[in-house]
Amino acid sequence: MVEPLVTMRGITKHFPGVLALDDVDFTLAPGEIHALMGENGAGKSTLVKVLTGAEPFETGEIRLAGNPAPVINHSPQEAQERGISTVYQEVNLCPNLSVAENLFAGRQPHHGMFVDRREVNRQAARIMADIGVDVVVERQLGEHSLAVQQMVAIARAISISAKVLILDEPTSSLNEQEVARLFELIRKLRDDGMGVIFITHFLHQVYQVCDKITVLRNGHLVGTYAIEALPRRDLVAAMLGRAFDDMAAIHRRSEDEVDRGGAPVIAARGLGVRGGIRPFDLDVYAGEVVGLAGLLGSGRTEVARAIYGADAADEGTLVVKGAPVKHSPIDSMRAGMAFCPESRKDEGCVQDLSVRENIVLAEQTKRGAFRLMSRAEQDRITREYVDLLAIKTASLDTPVKQLSGGNQQKVIVARWLATHPDFLILDEPTRGIDVGTKAEIQRLCVELAGEGMAILFISSEIDEMLRTCSRLGVMRDLSKVGELVDDEMSSSAIMSKIAGDEAGDD
Amino acid sequence: MATPVLKARAVRQNTLWQRLSAQFSGNNFLVLITFALFIAIYVVGVLVYRSKNFGSLNSFFDMLNSNPGLIVIAAGMAMVMISGGIDISVGGQVAMYCMMFAFFMEKKGANAYTMILIVLLTGIVFGFVQGILVAYFRIQPFIVTLAGMFFARGMTAIISTQTIDITNRSFMRLATFKIKFPFGGYTNAGGVYQQPFIYLSVVLALVAVAVVYAIMTWTRFGRSVYAVGGSEQSALLMGLNVKRIKLGVYTFMGFLTAFGGFLFCLFSTGGAVEKAQGFEMQAIASSVIGGTLLTGGVGNILGSFIGVLVQTTITKFINFNGTLANGWSSIVLGAIMSFFIILQSVFAMVRAKRR
Amino acid sequence: MTERPVHADGEPRRGVAVLKAIVRHRIFFALVCLALVLLLNMIVTMATSGSPGSFFKIVHTNGTFNGPLITILNRSSELIIVALGMTVVVSCSAGVDISVGAVMAFSSSVMVWLLGYGTLAQNDYHVKAYVVPLALGMLAALAVGSLCGLWNGFLVSRLKIQPMVATLILYTAARGAAKVVNSGQILKVDLPNFRWFGNFIQNGAGRNIIPLPTPIFIAAGVVLIVALVLRFTALGMNIQSVGINNRASRILGLNSARIILLAYVFAGLCAAIAGIIASSRIGGIDAQNNGKMIELDAILAVALGGNLLSGGKFSLAGTVIGAITIQTLTTVLYSINVSADQLPLYKAIVVVVIVVLQSTELRPMLNRAAAFVRPRRPAVAVAQAGE
Repeated sequence: MVEPLVTMRGITKHFPGVLALDDVDFTLAPGEIHALMGENGAGKSTLVKVLTGAEPFETGEIRLAGNPAPVINHSPQEAQERGISTVYQEVNLCPNLSVAENLFAGRQPHHGMFVDRREVNRQAARIMADIGVDVVVERQLGEHSLAVQQMVAIARAISISAKVLILDEPTSSLNEQEVARLFELIRKLRDDGMGVIFITHFLHQVYQVCDKITVLRNGHLVGTYAIEALPRRDLVAAMLGRAFDDMAAIHRRSEDEVDRGGAPVIAARGLGVRGGIRPFDLDVYAGEVVGLAGLLGSGRTEVARAIYGADAADEGTLVVKGAPVKHSPIDSMRAGMAFCPESRKDEGCVQDLSVRENIVLAEQTKRGAFRLMSRAEQDRITREYVDLLAIKTASLDTPVKQLSGGNQQKVIVARWLATHPDFLILDEPTRGIDVGTKAEIQRLCVELAGEGMAILFISSEIDEMLRTCSRLGVMRDLSKVGELVDDEMSSSAIMSKIAGDEAGDD
Repeated sequence: MATPVLKARAVRQNTLWQRLSAQFSGNNFLVLITFALFIAIYVVGVLVYRSKNFGSLNSFFDMLNSNPGLIVIAAGMAMVMISGGIDISVGGQVAMYCMMFAFFMEKKGANAYTMILIVLLTGIVFGFVQGILVAYFRIQPFIVTLAGMFFARGMTAIISTQTIDITNRSFMRLATFKIKFPFGGYTNAGGVYQQPFIYLSVVLALVAVAVVYAIMTWTRFGRSVYAVGGSEQSALLMGLNVKRIKLGVYTFMGFLTAFGGFLFCLFSTGGAVEKAQGFEMQAIASSVIGGTLLTGGVGNILGSFIGVLVQTTITKFINFNGTLANGWSSIVLGAIMSFFIILQSVFAMVRAKRR
Repeated sequence: MTERPVHADGEPRRGVAVLKAIVRHRIFFALVCLALVLLLNMIVTMATSGSPGSFFKIVHTNGTFNGPLITILNRSSELIIVALGMTVVVSCSAGVDISVGAVMAFSSSVMVWLLGYGTLAQNDYHVKAYVVPLALGMLAALAVGSLCGLWNGFLVSRLKIQPMVATLILYTAARGAAKVVNSGQILKVDLPNFRWFGNFIQNGAGRNIIPLPTPIFIAAGVVLIVALVLRFTALGMNIQSVGINNRASRILGLNSARIILLAYVFAGLCAAIAGIIASSRIGGIDAQNNGKMIELDAILAVALGGNLLSGGKFSLAGTVIGAITIQTLTTVLYSINVSADQLPLYKAIVVVVIVVLQSTELRPMLNRAAAFVRPRRPAVAVAQAGE
């Protein structure tokens, strides 16, 4: 048998109050792509951080090929010197440096004490050409799209004579073409004997590219499987640890149940943002869940932002319950809108504030700074939603940054539910959170609509939208290209509409 | 497995235009504007104060001659700011070094060259300690160097509260060493030809700026400083030793401050408690005018030099006018800074919008 | 699902947990510092005066209360007021306002200029002609301070300029402007009630009718007003929210630009109030020295109070304690005959000790050192929870 590249045995680690890893084993052989799967908080990231030295561990040992004794990496740098490179979900490069400098930071070819810039640029151009990305390497990284930045990060990792490449959710900011290109690249690296650890929330991607799967749950090792031995349904069951019925229990409302007699809750007419979303029309009635389907960058987020006023619209009108509304967040809120933005970290959580403050903030802002809610009222509201959404938190005063991703997402949903909106926009509410919470949020969505709320639901997972929405707006190239209702809705119909097939167009 | 495994496609050849625009797409453009503005101000000065020989080489050299310390320290300040930090202890340090020179040479009979060495060493140690506190204790640079400033100012007074003039011969020989230029002078009212000259200190200052520029532009250390300033987190994950780089920045800055203090002392030839008041803000202002951002990662060492020139030109303007109260020079400087700062901000906003 | 571990601590460990919570509280450290400095002061006073407890003694003479504690409170008034403004600015804009000292000088200069234009006879710079009533002059000072704050706030909130750079402009220009307004002279105001605001309130006969120095009341008043505003409005939460996550705050409907703008106006207003006190203390305006270097002490007070200079959560009480700590330290140093010029050195040492103790890196460092000494323990530092 070939000597494994990485062997981790009996790794245990605590975070304050939490057992993050409990006696976990993990083995990576050369020439394999190994998926690390688990819900949020299962310990995938922690395991990787332990391997790369970003976090210390308490007991256990790590052996690397070529080292007779167990090793402990004390920093990502040390891990890198031992041939372990990591590409993170968020691009961890310097936007102020050129692409070439990012590729070679800290290891530039040099003459004597001076860096050989020309050589840096030349080699960088070669590396980028090798992986098939067309960029001017002298240009600042920050001037490129997120996808290109991600590719540069990967290029950097693989160009550092890595034996082990860790990809921590590298695909969440890439479109399908780019993902395909990335996978092509990973397969080639594998064929060359590299070991790849791949972490993702997209199940289908695991089956596209991986050879083995290791599943973690609550810090415990569930098992390591060959990909053929673990069909998707079993994978989900292994990750969740319970029968996979949650999703099936969700029954979307049909359009027939929606009362279209009255005025729509929101009616957008020719709403558009210069340089952004092209003018579009959209009606959403009370009691319906309308989805927006489309590829990343197709304009689905931009529609939501234009309606809510997060991006000020330059043209068109928006009528809410019969009255026109100005384009600004506070006016939208007063008109009964609520908006859970796409980026939980950048636009959602107020990290250092407590769960309580995060939940009451929107309602408080709506009432105005000079009409402070009493502490009792704040507590009552917070408790109500912590219970309703089963938010797991040590106390109401815990800073929200200490919560897991899924619970943070629930806090943001709670914040908006607390404003008792008539119209709720959920932009990718289930991204990056575990399957269990996903199901909860989807069910909640349908329930709220049942109670008469109008909901705009955006997701990159078509299955999810088919499960929750009764009507779908389809986006392509920053325009709304059509709508699908009830029976017309199917994966293939949506796909062809998104792709712009003649048959799908009207 | 040193190189990527994919088979090489044709390496992209970039056009000259693409490379040039890449060069000037960033903050270098701001430096160009600063430079253009400096030229404009200067030309106006030359035209307005023609009778007072504003345009002579003497007048230009005068600006350099009176600011060798600021020139060096402003360059160092740009480096610290690029790393994402700040050093407000420089004014206090300069005062302390001047006092060290004055007190030990005049009152204790110390040798001038020994003192230069001692001062430079003190600077390195001073910078090293600040660097340890910033890098390894993760204390905010503003607070650390604030304490540094307090320390240096207090130490100045502890060394001596007197105002001491330097008379040490070898020190004064260095201070008055002139390099004369054979052209560009003027004949004064008395009919005597005034030959333009620069002091040795200016040459030393310009060499120091060139060294800092070279380090920041062409060495691994310099490029790493840009990386740390751009994103500390990323630099760490890229495998850079962020702590050591920061320590290096502050230690080097300590050295530069001591060197600048020495040059400052060559010009002012004396020590006093209140020396170099507000010097730190002059250095920061020079860097800001020169296009360096306080947020880190962006900036140009040569910009700071131009920043110093802009500042001194304005002071010169006010002095040449002669009728204005001394408050006016700071008001005008404030106005010029507003212009640059707002320009930078508008520039950044336009760029952000274009993306 | 209703189970919800709101109280994670078991009963037996409740006491320990409460104690831990107190120790970890941000103000706790500031209080310890203050206590230490007070203790030092007490020891020094005891050594010099010979009687234990004389530091805390307050005597009643000539209709006023006197004693070291009163002096410290009196002298720290300006700093407390300026530091309050600084706290708010730091919290919502993650930067410092370095112009407050210059704004103090400028706003009081305008006040004195408005009060009288008096011809300046040689060596007699007393302003004798009172052009506008005192109250109006003071209002003008407050207006000027607010306007300066408005300018700073405009640069920071609308043009997105880093606070320190934005305020560097007025730091440079405002003191110069003050000198220009005063023609570079130290001007005296001979109105008796002008001196009330920096000294004691007196009756017509020149007797002190209020037994405590006025600055204490002004500082207490400002603190009280700010505390009440924070207690009865959501402004505090909004300011912190903007400071922690500006973009999220915008989505939440908060007008973050306006909040930042107001914070700077408030800081300018505070500076103007402090400027009035400072000029009233000397009965005139000295543009060179009014509020000199106070911005640094104010920033220090904010940091000593346990507030992060990177913005976000803040504690007013911490700031006030920080300001008093600085003044107490100054007092103790003066009382052991440290000259005003040497003072900063000791301040620096105290600052370094305090910030090193506060440093989050200290504990891991000590742990590593301990592990080095006793190699049996695993060489693993106590880790903070992941993000």
